[in-house]
Amino acid sequence: MVKVNGSETSLDGKTVSELLAENGYDPKRVAVELNLDIVPKSQYDSTVLKDGDSVEVVSFVGGG
Amino acid sequence: MIPSREDMYDALAARHGSELQNKLSETKVAVCGLGGLGSNVSVHLARAGVGELMLFDMDKVDISNLHRQQYFPDQLGQPKAAALAQTLGRIAPYCKITAREVKLNEDNMAELLKGCHIVCECFDKAEQKAMLVNFVLENFPDKYMVAASGMAGISSANEICTKRITERFYICGDGHTDVNEAGTLFASRVAVCAAHQANMVIRIIAGEYKP
Repeated sequence: MVKVNGSETSLDGKTVSELLAENGYDPKRVAVELNLDIVPKSQYDSTVLKDGDSVEVVSFVGGG
Repeated sequence: MIPSREDMYDALAARHGSELQNKLSETKVAVCGLGGLGSNVSVHLARAGVGELMLFDMDKVDISNLHRQQYFPDQLGQPKAAALAQTLGRIAPYCKITAREVKLNEDNMAELLKGCHIVCECFDKAEQKAMLVNFVLENFPDKYMVAASGMAGISSANEICTKRITERFYICGDGHTDVNEAGTLFASRVAVCAAHQANMVIRIIAGEYKP
């Protein structure tokens, strides 16, 4: 199981890019933390999620 | 008559303690975007006695800014960076301020953000927020990032909080209220979020890393 924003999911084996696409996130508006480290944008396609991973997707909204 | 540097320092140290005041005086903070968030964050940090503020914004003061941003009608048309520097100079005359009328992008951030200890993300567009946060966290592993997302509308101010995402990345806001959906931005709710950012900056400087 992969924990995404606190919820258990079955995204094992998927990439960060696939996680974002399947959950409707706009990659241009997010920052992704994986096991307490930030995932560089250039590695979204190559970073594969595995059992036990914990992911936090910060999706920015407008206003300031 | 403006008080001397020593008198200003003594008054701050009496309120904050000299140990923390010395740390605040030695810290350089970048404020990226000088709208409702950034103008308020800057005012709080200048009042707290942060030693140096680096201000970045490409806009000029517009009449539509006056309802929530720290500008005055007689500053309309001036670059926000220069107008805010002027106001901060009145609040904290011994704070070192570098004001730049510039749009931060991936080509200039490495140079412009060099030297600061903490970066406050205070932009208004989601794409710009993400660009700055990712760039700083990827390229400056020694800096702290205090970002903001979700402060539009008039939902409860109690929804606005500070979260720690990684060791050096904090985010303030309710996390979901988009100005493009809520349609409104109020000085009070934006200022709550800005105060969360400024408070987290001060906590980091004090060595208190919990959000």
